[in-house]
Amino acid sequence: MEYEQATLQASKTKIDHQEFYQGIIATGPILLGIIPFGITCGIMGLTAGLTQVETVFMSLLVFAGASQFVAITMIAGGITSWIVLAMTTLLVNLRHLLMGASLAQYMIKQTLPKQLLLSFLLTDEAYAVTTSRIYQKGYSAAYHLGVSLSLYFSWVLSTLAGVLAGSYISDPMSWGLDFAMPATFLVLLFPRLKCRISIIVCIVSALLAVAGSIWLPGKWYMITACLGATLIGGLLEGVQKYEK
Amino acid sequence: MRSDILVIIFSMAIVTFATRFGCVALFRQTKMPVWLERWLKHIPTAILTALIIPALILPKGQVDITLHNHYLLAGILAAIVAYKSRNIVSTILLGMGTMIVLRLID
Repeated sequence: MEYEQATLQASKTKIDHQEFYQGIIATGPILLGIIPFGITCGIMGLTAGLTQVETVFMSLLVFAGASQFVAITMIAGGITSWIVLAMTTLLVNLRHLLMGASLAQYMIKQTLPKQLLLSFLLTDEAYAVTTSRIYQKGYSAAYHLGVSLSLYFSWVLSTLAGVLAGSYISDPMSWGLDFAMPATFLVLLFPRLKCRISIIVCIVSALLAVAGSIWLPGKWYMITACLGATLIGGLLEGVQKYEK
Repeated sequence: MRSDILVIIFSMAIVTFATRFGCVALFRQTKMPVWLERWLKHIPTAILTALIIPALILPKGQVDITLHNHYLLAGILAAIVAYKSRNIVSTILLGMGTMIVLRLID
C-alpha cells in the first residue's frame, strides 16, 4: 500500500516535471517579442538617468513591461514622486485584477506560497498561454509555473542585456519582432471562437479595444474592452439558458 | 542605489503585486458565485482580442488602416495561417517573414 502510494507520488512528480518543461517550451515564440522589449527597457532606463543596477532591480521586482516603460519615461521627464508613480502603475496594471479573477478558481487550490509566487509572476503573456492550456487540457500549476518563470527570467536577463550592451544595439524595437506577440495570440484565440457567443465577445472586444486605444489613456482600453465584452457574453449566456 | 529610486521601485512592486494577487486573495475567503463564473468564462477571449487588435490597427498609437501598416498586413496573413494551421511556429514564421519582406519593398 505504502509502496503504491510512493509510486503514485513519483509518477505525479514526473508528470509535473513534464508539464513544467512544456510550459517553458510554450513560451518560446513569445520570447521573440519579450527579449527586444526587455533590451529596450534596459536601454531606456539608462537614458532616463537610472543606474544599471536600478534598471535591472526594477525588472526583478516589478516585472511589468508596460508600467516600467511608463515609469521610466516619467522619471526621464523629471517626475520622481513615488506616489504619482505608484498611482500610474496601479492604473496601468488594474487589468491584472481581471486576469487574477479568471485564474482564481484554479489558483486557490494550490498552496499559499505557490499562489503568491504565481500571482507575482502574472503577466498578459503568462495569462494568455496558461488559459489556452486550461481550455485544451485543464489547469496545471506546474505548467503555469513553467510559463511564468520562463517569461520572468527572459525579462530580467534581457533587461540586463539592455543595460550592459545597450550602446551597441540600435533600437531593438524597430526590428518588428514585437509582431511575435499578436501572432502567437492569434493562434491562441481562434480555437476559442467556436460558438456564436464567443464570436460576439471577440467582435465587441475588438471594437471597444480600438475605440479605447483612440480615446482612453494608457492601458484602459484593455479594461473597457474586457469588461464590456464579457458583460455582453455573460448576458447572452443568461438569455440562451432562459431560451432552453 | 539611490534611496528615492529604491522607494519608487518598491512602491511600484507592491502596487503591481496587489493587482495580481487581489482577486486570488478575495476568492480564497469567499466562494465564487455562479453568475461570476459565467461572466469570467469569456475573459480569455476578450483579453486575447484586446491584446491583438490594437497591436495590429494602432501599432504606433494612431489608427493606421493603410498599406503602409506592416503590422496590419502581416497580421491579416498571420490570422489566415493561424486559422488554417492552428500552429504557432508556422504563423510566426510566415508573419515575421511578411514583416521583413514588406520592410524591404516599402
